[in-house]
Amino acid sequence: MMQDPMVRFQNVTKRHGSHIVVDGLNLDVARNEKVAIIGASGSGKTSLLRMLMALDPVDSGEIFIEGEPLTHMERQGKRLPPDMAHIRRMRGKVGMVFQSFNLFPHLTAMGNCIEAPMRVLGLTRAAAIERATELLEMVGLASRKDYYPSQLSGGQQQRVAIARALAMRPKVMLFDEVTSALDPETVGEVLTVIRRLGEEHDLTMMVVTHQMGFAREFADRVCFLHQGRICEEAPARDFFHNPQNERTRAFLRAVLEAG
Amino acid sequence: MIWDWAFAIEILPRLGQAAIVTVQATVMGFALAATLGLGLTLARIAWPRTALPISVGVELVRSTPLLIQIFVLYFVGPEIGLVLDALTAGTLAIGVHYAAYCSEVYRAGFEAVPRSQWEAAEALNLNRGTALMRIILPQAIPPVIPALGNYLVALFKETPLLSAIAVLELMQTAKIIGSESFRYTEPITLVGLFFLGMSLISAALIRLVEARITQGVRR
Repeated sequence: MMQDPMVRFQNVTKRHGSHIVVDGLNLDVARNEKVAIIGASGSGKTSLLRMLMALDPVDSGEIFIEGEPLTHMERQGKRLPPDMAHIRRMRGKVGMVFQSFNLFPHLTAMGNCIEAPMRVLGLTRAAAIERATELLEMVGLASRKDYYPSQLSGGQQQRVAIARALAMRPKVMLFDEVTSALDPETVGEVLTVIRRLGEEHDLTMMVVTHQMGFAREFADRVCFLHQGRICEEAPARDFFHNPQNERTRAFLRAVLEAG
Repeated sequence: MIWDWAFAIEILPRLGQAAIVTVQATVMGFALAATLGLGLTLARIAWPRTALPISVGVELVRSTPLLIQIFVLYFVGPEIGLVLDALTAGTLAIGVHYAAYCSEVYRAGFEAVPRSQWEAAEALNLNRGTALMRIILPQAIPPVIPALGNYLVALFKETPLLSAIAVLELMQTAKIIGSESFRYTEPITLVGLFFLGMSLISAALIRLVEARITQGVRR
């Protein structure tokens, strides 16, 4: 077990009806570590991120962020289910970018980036705009700040979504197949932003992806999920050069053949 | 001669007065319907526990004739200490009746907003109330404005029901003119024409608004 991990999944299980999506999973992610999570669809990758974002509850097991439990709370030595205040406080440490962007269509790029900082962090409008301007600049969209999502390309929308999540100053950023819904020619611009983010900021990042090339060069560690468990995990180089598990090999072969 | 122009022109001022009452009842009734309807829908979403009682109430109102509701409010209301003048009682009844319909329209609008919008708001740590008012509501309303507009026209055309409790709106006034002069052709025809004209104008306005909204969505 890792010393002082940023994120810890401890024996976490998630079911949808009788189907077990995540099956007693253990995973530690170090501070500032970049972890790529790969696996076939239905292997539990997205569930993992959704539980950490507190969008879905765990069925059993525990999740810790900076050593503090997300999935329960302790009051006077007693273990209680988390209340809304606890969940919201813990959730403040995490940001998420979705496969389908999920920008707010009635707000401009700027509006998307300042709404939550003003309403949740209590920033003044001016302060929120200042912060958002920096972030939109970082994702290369300062000139598009007054555009509505429908006026932006998929890649641009996804970059706004990244800026929007960063505006909440999370410590952990979750990327859920963020290039899967993009036209091929716009995938690169989004990956470039994520790469820069990893290089220039102190962020723990968990990236669910089907882009094996990106996982190899971006991640410190790659985890291969199969049927809700981590089937193999290794530093990115080793993982791709010398996969140990037969299932990993089969998966990588299939993905590489698909191009 | 069946149609007497002189008589028609003579009764116009009285009908004009009555038209003001009709428009008043329409505007006030619809304002109530639109706000109460929205309130009911928001309550249903914000406090799921209210969903069942609200659904029962909405179903009750939608499944009984408006005329009976008007009578109940005006004639039975005083029995329980609720004394209202005819116009207030009638407008209130119409407003509540259409609020039930409007709340269903709003509900459809809210249900049409993808769940992922709620999740995006949640991931940004917005609380439920803020998410509802700032993120979901602005997306839910514009698409249902045409449907609400149709209810506005429908409500307008039902205001003659108020004549049943002797509100001096258009229909009641036309009937009074008829019984005084034994000429019904002119007053009733003029009232019909007034409703036709106003409905056509409203329908055109709704189409205009609809076009602007679709444009806004494509923006």
